[in-house]
Amino acid sequence: MTSISRDDIRRIVGAYGRLPVDAERLADDDDLYLAGMTSHASVSVMLALEDAFDLEFPDEMLTRDVFGSINSMANAITSVLGGREA
Amino acid sequence: VADVRQTGLVPYRVGVDLVAVATVEQALRDHGERYLSRVYSPAEVTTSSNDTRPDPSRLAARFAAKEATLKVLRRPDVGIAWRSIEVVRTDKGGVALALSGTAAEQAAGEGLTSFDLSLSHEGGFAIAVVLAEEAGPSR
Repeated sequence: MTSISRDDIRRIVGAYGRLPVDAERLADDDDLYLAGMTSHASVSVMLALEDAFDLEFPDEMLTRDVFGSINSMANAITSVLGGREA
Repeated sequence: VADVRQTGLVPYRVGVDLVAVATVEQALRDHGERYLSRVYSPAEVTTSSNDTRPDPSRLAARFAAKEATLKVLRRPDVGIAWRSIEVVRTDKGGVALALSGTAAEQAAGEGLTSFDLSLSHEGGFAIAVVLAEEAGPSR
């Protein structure tokens, strides 16, 4: 995977976020914790994002907010990768 | 005691977290060693294993302890590595918290001096309760 798309992130959230709702119906800004994602599920999402985008989130990014929405994850990935288009 | 209850100036913070053991089992299947090394210290993995096989119930209790500690620290805006919040065994066979790195810095910044915790797991769930004592005024 060479580019960052919110649909890619949405698919990962659907596969690893253990949400009680269909991830395909989530808006980019929807609060994933309000949608039912647990803290532990966010770890699996984080690890899956690292695999998919070939990166490692630094410790300072391990905040609740970073994994709180598809948009915030896309922005974090962009930041880690040094400004690639998100 | 009545005055304390009325003003909310109890000099303690408490955090609790509940983790479904099945989610840890799934994470182990999905991410394996990387999940372990990213979230748990080597000592935590060792003390949570039967022979060399990690016990998802004990790992779930430790993850709950980390999340309960994050609730006590009350700094969702600060990135805190899970491994900087460690559940350690005590000489008496119990458990205690050991904070390092950013977790320890945030605890000091919040005026939290001592911590205690309790862990339990049953029926597919693990729970942790963390108590912290505030030495000074909170933010």
